[in-house]
Amino acid sequence: MLLLTCPYCGVSADETELSPGGEAHLKRFGPGSSDEDFEGYLFMRHNQKGVHFERWRHTYGCGKWFLAARCTASLEVFGTYSAQTPEPPKEIIEKIQAKRPDWSLT
Amino acid sequence: MSHRLPQGGRLIDKTRTVSFTFNGQKMRGVAGDTLASALLAEDQMLVGRSFKYHRPRGIMASGAEEPNALVGLGRDARFEPNQRVTTTELFEGLEAQSQNHWPSLETDIGVVNNYLARFLPAGFYYKTFIHPRPFWKYVFEPIIRQSAGLGKAPKDRDADRYEHFYAHVDLLIIGGGIAGLQAALAAGKLGKRVLLIEQTAHWGGRAPVDGIELGGKSADAWIAATVAALGKMKNVTLRNRTMGAGVYDHGYALAYERVTDHAPMVDGPRHRLWRIRAARIITATGAIERPLSFAGNDIPGVMLASALRDYIVNYGVAAGKCIVIATNNDDGYRSALVAKEAGLEVAAVIDPRPAATGDLIEAARSAGIPIKQGMAIAEAQGGKRVTGVKICAQDSDGSTGEVIACDAVGMSGGWSPVVHLWSHCGGKLIWDAAQACFRPDPARPPLSHDGEGFVFAAGAADGHATAAAALASANAAVGAATGHAITTRLPKVAEAVMGDLAPIWIMPARANIQKRAKMWLDFQNDVKVSDVQLAAREGYESVEHTKRYTTLGMATDQGKLSNINGLAVLADALQAEIPAVGTTTFRPPYTPISMGAIAGEARGDIFQPLRRTPMFDWHVAQGADFEPVGQWRRPYCYPRVGEDRHAAVTREINATRGALGLLDASTLGKIIVKGPDAGRFMDMLYTNMMSTLKPGRCRYGLMCNENGFLMDDGVVARLDEDTFLVHTTTGGADHIHAHMEDWLQCEWWDFKVYTANVTERWAQVAVVGPKARKLLEKLGSDTDLSAEALPFMAWTDAKIGGFEARVFRISFSGELSFEIAVPASQGLEFWETLIEAGAEWNITPYGTEALHVMRAEKGFIMIGDETDGTVIPQDLGLDWAISKKKEDYLGKRAQARSFMDNPDRWKLVGLETLDGGVLPDGAYVIRAGRNANGQNNVQGRVTSTYYSPTLDRGIAMALIHNGPDRMGEVVNLTDGKGGQIKARICSTIFFDPEGEKQNV
Ligand SMILES: [Zn+2]
Repeated sequence: MLLLTCPYCGVSADETELSPGGEAHLKRFGPGSSDEDFEGYLFMRHNQKGVHFERWRHTYGCGKWFLAARCTASLEVFGTYSAQTPEPPKEIIEKIQAKRPDWSLT
Repeated sequence: MSHRLPQGGRLIDKTRTVSFTFNGQKMRGVAGDTLASALLAEDQMLVGRSFKYHRPRGIMASGAEEPNALVGLGRDARFEPNQRVTTTELFEGLEAQSQNHWPSLETDIGVVNNYLARFLPAGFYYKTFIHPRPFWKYVFEPIIRQSAGLGKAPKDRDADRYEHFYAHVDLLIIGGGIAGLQAALAAGKLGKRVLLIEQTAHWGGRAPVDGIELGGKSADAWIAATVAALGKMKNVTLRNRTMGAGVYDHGYALAYERVTDHAPMVDGPRHRLWRIRAARIITATGAIERPLSFAGNDIPGVMLASALRDYIVNYGVAAGKCIVIATNNDDGYRSALVAKEAGLEVAAVIDPRPAATGDLIEAARSAGIPIKQGMAIAEAQGGKRVTGVKICAQDSDGSTGEVIACDAVGMSGGWSPVVHLWSHCGGKLIWDAAQACFRPDPARPPLSHDGEGFVFAAGAADGHATAAAALASANAAVGAATGHAITTRLPKVAEAVMGDLAPIWIMPARANIQKRAKMWLDFQNDVKVSDVQLAAREGYESVEHTKRYTTLGMATDQGKLSNINGLAVLADALQAEIPAVGTTTFRPPYTPISMGAIAGEARGDIFQPLRRTPMFDWHVAQGADFEPVGQWRRPYCYPRVGEDRHAAVTREINATRGALGLLDASTLGKIIVKGPDAGRFMDMLYTNMMSTLKPGRCRYGLMCNENGFLMDDGVVARLDEDTFLVHTTTGGADHIHAHMEDWLQCEWWDFKVYTANVTERWAQVAVVGPKARKLLEKLGSDTDLSAEALPFMAWTDAKIGGFEARVFRISFSGELSFEIAVPASQGLEFWETLIEAGAEWNITPYGTEALHVMRAEKGFIMIGDETDGTVIPQDLGLDWAISKKKEDYLGKRAQARSFMDNPDRWKLVGLETLDGGVLPDGAYVIRAGRNANGQNNVQGRVTSTYYSPTLDRGIAMALIHNGPDRMGEVVNLTDGKGGQIKARICSTIFFDPEGEKQNV
């Protein structure tokens, strides 16, 4: 059972307090978009073994959605940050690269 | 024969006898016994039959690793199968039954399997599933169903109580042997919150049995002093009879406390499941002795050498009068010495090592014990108990040799650290060639959220064979876990110096196939050396595949004894090194835990929290027949005396359509959407235009997900320019609110909108029927509720009969209908007021079934009936509720995909049977021909079907291929019994198609 810190209320929350929301930083494609873009937005996921940016909601806490950077294999959490962030924050990327020099944001 | 010794037994009190029964036979043990020691004291060496071959089996071990000696305990509502006698503490009146035999333990006809053994080789199930199917169905399956399996499932409802505990600690220490105690002492002195758990009833583990001295005292004395010291520390909690069951992500752990198993007469829960959040975990879980593989190593009387020693030292029970020990390591000699000191005859120690020396070997020699070096057991002899061993040179095929008579054999193949809990969450292992075991690799622990290892192994679980090393590793583990320098002193240890073991896996080395087919690896699943070798010959190279093919390690003991031996045999057959073959995955729980403990208190009335409307008690008092709707309980109908459900529903509908009905609609989801951008947000949520709705008016709307599928529907009321009240389905309130928040927080965070789920803030009552307005007029209203002032799909605030209310002119029944919301606290009083005032019109409360039937008569869809997550609004003929003007809404892009923007789909129509009967739920509309699987082709399915009291015949809705273009066509439907029913495609609106009744 994972432990994630909600960036809004600061609580280190058990997974049972949270709801998962899948991959983060998806760009929405709406009416007028190509079939390919829409398919990518709706269905195509990295399904990463390794560093993964993902959405969580502090459902049984403050109710806020937030984002987390986590390794899906070792379960290490590199950080959590506001859902109103269009791309992974610089300090999180630096933290990951400090621990995993070979890793880069693709 | 096994028997109680005149002296000894550090855990028992011989002055207190304890009576119990085994297979109905009265037996006596003493206080402190386990069921295993008590059975052995009564010379009950045969305790069960094996899983596949029904071979006679006795007690193999003295702890949780026991594979054979499983029994059913208790009776009726307290019966539990598959309990290990070695971990069952004896109590007065205990009742045990042996398992897996028929008709009796002594005479078991299933034992024929034994002679059919060569027909049940490795991969038997796979091979028989593939080969002629009738053979499986008519020959093998009946035989196997009759003979295989362990205990029987209990028949009665469990009479005991179970509970969950939650604990948050800095350090969880699993295992209360000397390493665990030392670790707790060191961590306790640092001021850490420590929880130390031990699966048995006793602290100290094996040290007292092994005759070790700690700090110049007996191990028992050091243990007692240490437990006392820990007991004085407020930051340290000690729990015995509590097993570390599993280690999970980020320091979560489960422990299983057997609170009253040993004393069922004591009040309290039987088991307790501890849900622990630990910053760091130390596994001091000890080690388990391995058997040796020689022919007949499963005959009752053959047991682990350490178990033989445990029974003598702990319980004053000898497994036999004349003992043979077979060991590939020095520790086995301890058992020989203990047996000798207890006054038993030790016929021989058989050691395959040609020239081993060491303290214990010398001690055995001085004690006059015959030592046979370089030798092996060629076979153990005997049937229901061992009678002797034939010995031979280890480096031989075992065909010749002398027989040594004996009635018990202790075997030791070395020790395997208990790495299960280290491994549960991904801790990796390294191969220790000197001790021939896997041990935790401290460089690759399971990681916590902070990226640091959170599990640390200590003691024998970390691969330390001596007490001195085990204690030192405990301090080291606490240091590593806490980042503190440890100053807690280690006791001075006096213990024997031991040499290396020989990695001997098969005795003798060149045993032939007949012998290898009688060398058991997995005693519980009846897997032999020959099975693993066959699997290797048949191409199984992966240990995980071999495990499943042979079922090695797949029994309830999860291969605690068989794991390394099986790997070694597989590696040998593949001519590979053991570490190259690898090990199988360890999974929680460490030993089986009860279903009751998992459920805890969540059973019966408190299985889950229930949601009740303010009128719930009134419904109960009226004898309502409830049904679950999400976590709500709603009246399905209100049957009167002598009425069945069908009659009640019919009466409720007729009364409502005829005069006046009343529905508790409080469960309807109510969400406030408020803010300057509320209209813009509502337009994105709904397929139709909501921003143009005028305050004071209502509009029915559809919500789709981004994939285009219909997810919820309901009536929206605009309260003011900035505020909408969204009604959702009863089951939809929470997830629709979550859906709104997801889009607001994660996509449109620039929208100035708040949402609030106010479902339980309001009690809501639907006043339905031709007399509805008359009832409200009788109660008196400060607001004009006439058709002109409050037309259909309008709402108003009003004071009705003294109640502050909000009145909506909406209808889900096709009748004149007012849905009236009052503050939840006044819901019951308002309801009772309506009931009383409506008496003159025979006001009739109706339940969910009448609601469903009336909506179906009108062709209104129901989320979850007409929709199933693959249905789009266009399928339901709801195109009118989809805005063409809006640039965007959730689901719009998806609905433009070729297969959705396409008339060639199953679409909603009505169905009326030709004979007026009611179609079965879920019936398929059949198309000519059959598919590749020989099933009927289908062209549609029934989504709702009811008996309509209004029309006095069956009505149904169905999704049918191109349905709306096929009005009047007769189609065939499955009747669910192999036959077919004919029905005609018709409009979905069966009643009052012009809506004359609701617009008055
Ligand atoms: Zn929070």
